[in-house]
Formats: sequence, structure tokens, C-alpha cells
Amino acid sequence: MISLIRIEMYKIFKKWRTYIGFIAIGVLVPIIHAAMYFEGSNTLDFMTQNIQESFVFVGNLMNGYLVSYLILTSLAVHIPFLITLVAGDLLAGEATAGTYRMLLTRPISRTQIVTAKFLTGIIYTNLLIFWLALMSLVIGIIIFGVGELLVISNQSIIIFEQSDIIWRFLFAYGFASLGMSVVSSLAFLFSSLVENAIGPIVTTMAVIIVFLILSAIQIDFFQTIKPYLFTNYIMSWRLIFEDPVDFNELTKAGFILIGHIAVFFSITLYLFNRKDILT
Amino acid sequence: MNNNKIIEVTSLTKDFKELRAVNNLNLNVFEGDVFGFLGPNGAGKSTTIRMMLSLIKPDNGTINFFGKPLNKNRKDILKRVGAIVEKPDFYGYLSAYKNLEILGKISGKEIKKNRIMEVLELVGLDKRYKSKVKTFSHGMKQRLGLGQALLHDPDLIILDEPTTGLDPQGMKEIRDLILYLSKEKKKTILLSSHILYEVELVANRMIIINKGKTIVEGNVKDLLNTKKLKVSFELGDEEKTAALISQSGWKEKLELNKNNTFVFSLENEEIPQLNKYFVENGIAVSSVIPTRSLEDYFFKMLDEAA
Repeated sequence: MISLIRIEMYKIFKKWRTYIGFIAIGVLVPIIHAAMYFEGSNTLDFMTQNIQESFVFVGNLMNGYLVSYLILTSLAVHIPFLITLVAGDLLAGEATAGTYRMLLTRPISRTQIVTAKFLTGIIYTNLLIFWLALMSLVIGIIIFGVGELLVISNQSIIIFEQSDIIWRFLFAYGFASLGMSVVSSLAFLFSSLVENAIGPIVTTMAVIIVFLILSAIQIDFFQTIKPYLFTNYIMSWRLIFEDPVDFNELTKAGFILIGHIAVFFSITLYLFNRKDILT
Repeated sequence: MNNNKIIEVTSLTKDFKELRAVNNLNLNVFEGDVFGFLGPNGAGKSTTIRMMLSLIKPDNGTINFFGKPLNKNRKDILKRVGAIVEKPDFYGYLSAYKNLEILGKISGKEIKKNRIMEVLELVGLDKRYKSKVKTFSHGMKQRLGLGQALLHDPDLIILDEPTTGLDPQGMKEIRDLILYLSKEKKKTILLSSHILYEVELVANRMIIINKGKTIVEGNVKDLLNTKKLKVSFELGDEEKTAALISQSGWKEKLELNKNNTFVFSLENEEIPQLNKYFVENGIAVSSVIPTRSLEDYFFKMLDEAA
């Protein structure tokens, strides 16, 4: 299995599309950094405009942590797109290239092939999130320095002490990886159904966007179905930036995401093992 | 050939919605065979080969390799089988060497670097081993396809249309390679081809199928009268030629005379003799085209089946 994963990793990193995600983050995050560097104080003023009359803020609030937090919140749609570029191509790309015939006539089972490709997609997803963490948090800290993290949610303002932040970010990136792994699994499932990678990319993004829209509509019916949409849990890493952290809710979200990954993978495995290879 | 069955297909059936692509097909390939698998386009050859290689699941029937059922021994069987299924496709963004290295790693045997180079040399691609496959011509990909099929030194080689898209020289090279693998390396080969002449030149046994059904199966020599060929001569001056033939012993061998085309039933060694006869008697010979007996047989069988 390790040998198969290494082969799959080699194959995806020999493809140009694999680097699009890394390049996009490598370009986008520094642009946000630059914008925050020049306009960050305005952003901070805007964030705190309702409470400036009641509180006096001292210290370096425009710091690497705040910038990283803002970047993380704004990437709910962008990162999934970058992930589907690769995950949607993992199986469909073989069909497009006609290489299924060569691959599946070797003495390895379809289950082994699907599992190796699936794990490759998960590894790629985690590498992309790691790259995002590196670019936003490490470079953010280098440029903006460290300080307290100001988080404003609907109900409250929370200021985390400097010593109480890093673990939250590590946890948040880990949870974001889990959420993005669901996206990767869904794109992988769609990838097993078609013979062209465009389909899985578009379909996965369509599902995510539709689910996000449904979640956002404040009508009873949509609010009733909201707990059943996996997108509702992808952003659950935000719970880590609350005080106290609701670990019960976080654990529940984690299990729901893991459940989705398991279901999407199982369906892929079931369908692929029964698929006639006609390409 | 001996009596060890390498492939035994029994009552194989596959439907694609309303279409019955393979219909109760039986087929036996014995050790040492070069087995010709013939049929017109859409006859079900590729579907059968895909089922043999577990790319497609049969609706009914059994496939045994080396005396073992495929569905229960897939991995063990595929370790001993090399195949080209229709046109060979590779990872275009990787080199020929890297493609073979990857396929070698999942072939169930340890494939060393020198084995990869040996195979590339065998198929004439050793000078281009570093080139990306996307820069290869169709013929080169076809040869690389043959290379990947031979990489793990399989006992059985399944070749589905291996000469498609090759020039005459390339076709001859593949033919020679098949004969070399059969005679020198003692490999069993199943060769599917629409080029009937090619099968006739290399195969000792064959099957003809149409609409998924067996039309005939047996030894090539038994099935064909390979001694005599129909040879079509295109000649100048029809009247003079007809008169010349009628005065000679060749008139017994003349089967058809239409315009300037004269069709004779000849033994192989008589073709140059007749050609010489015409030239010496001042008849211009524009072309000499032997009509292969297998083609006759093939179409006769299909007509009878229809």
C-alpha cells in the first residue's frame, strides 16, 4: 500500500494542476498580508467600531494571529476549489488518459488502487492546509509580530492571551484539514463516476455552494435541514476560538465529518469495484 | 502446442443494456499456442479480452487461466499475464522509462532497472527512454504498450490489435517479435487482430467470432486450404493476354477474367513462374495481388453465419 501511495504521490506531483493550489495560496496570502500591512488598521477599526466607545485597546492587536484568523475564515470556498482540482482528477484522470486499462490489469486489487488514491487525495489536502498555515501564520508572525488575538463573534468579544493562541491555531488547522478531507472525499466519489475531471470539480463545488446557501437562509425549513449538511461542520474550527471551548460540540462535529469521509469513501469503493472499464 | 489449457472460457456472456456483446462464447488456448482471435468490428473481441483481464464483469460464464478460475485467483493469474488492451495509453507527462518503472512496481515481481532497459531495447525505444510519452507517435506508444506487456516476463501475452496504426515495417517488426516470443521464449500468445493476413502468418490456432458468438475454432492449417492462393494479375492488352493464356497450360488455373484482371488459383511457387511467362511474352504486368485464403475463409464463415 505504501508503495502504491508513493506512486500516486509521484504521479500527482508530476502534474501541473497539483501546484495550482500551492501557487494560489502562495500568491493570495502574501497579497492579503500586504493589504493588511497597509490597510490593516482600517480593518481593525471597522471590526471594533461598535465597541470603541466602551473599550480602550492597547498593545499590538494587528498581529500575525489576527491576520491568520481572518485568512482562515475567508477561505471556506476557495480552498475546497483548490482541493477538488486534484481530488476530482484522481480517478477521472485515469479514465481520461485511458490508463485504467494498464493499471487495472496488474495484480493489485481495485480496493488497493482506490484506497491508495483516496489516501493520496487526503495527503494532498493536508499538505495544502499545512502550506496555508505556513504561509499565513508563520509569515504573518514574521511581518506583523505577535500579540493578543481579538475575536469578535455575534455574542461576544474575546481577547486571547498570547500564550493561549498557538494551540488553538494548531487545532483549528487540524480541524480545517478534516473538513477539507470531506471535500476531497466527495470530489473523489464524483471522480469515480465520470471520465473527465471537470465534472467532479464542478459538481463538488456546486454541492458546497448550494449547501452553504441553504445553511445561510434564515427560514425554518432550511434551518431544520442545516444539521444534516456537512458544510455546516466544515467551519466548526471556529469553536476553538471561543471561550470556553465547547469540546462536546467540537467532538460531535469531528465525528460527523469523519462519518462523511467514511461514507463517501465506502460508496466510491462499492461503485468502483463494480465498474466496467470501457475507456 | 500441448494439451495444457492456458485459457478456458466457457459460456461467456455479456450484455450492455439491450446489446448482447458476447453470447455464450467458448474458447480454449493451449500452452504454446499463438492463438488468433478474429472477428469484424463490434464482434465482441475487445469485450471478451476485457472480461479476461477483469476490466469488465461477465454476466454469465467462467474464465479459467492456468486451470484456475479468474474470479478467485485474479492476482495470481495477472502476475503471469501481460496484455495490451486496444490502444495503449500511458502517463504522457512521464518518460517511457518512468511509465515502465511504475507499472513494474505493481506487476507483482521485482523489476530491476536493467530489465526495463532490456524491454525498451527489445521494442526499439531504448534511445528515447528519457522522452515524455506525450511526445511519442502512435507507433511508438504501441511499441511501448508491447514493452509493458512483456516487462514482468509473463507466461501468457494477450495482444488486442497490437499493430493498429503501425506502418508496414512496424507491423512486420511486431509480427517477428510475436514469432520470437512464441518460438524462442515459449510464450503462449492470444492475438486479436482485424488484419487477417497477420493472424495467418503467426497463428497456429484461431477462433472467428461474430456478434459475440463463435463461428469457428480450430487449427489454422486444418481450417484453411493454405496451399493454394487466389492471385489477381492486372495485365495489359486483354485480348492478346486471353489468347496467350488459352494456348497455355495456365488456362486450367484461370478462375476469372474481368477487363484486364485475371484471377488464377495458384500454388505459392507458381506465382513468379506465371509472372515470368507474361513478361517473356510481352504482356505488361501492372500488379500481382495474392488474395489471402484466410480472408476468403473469414468472409465465407461470416456469410454462412449470417
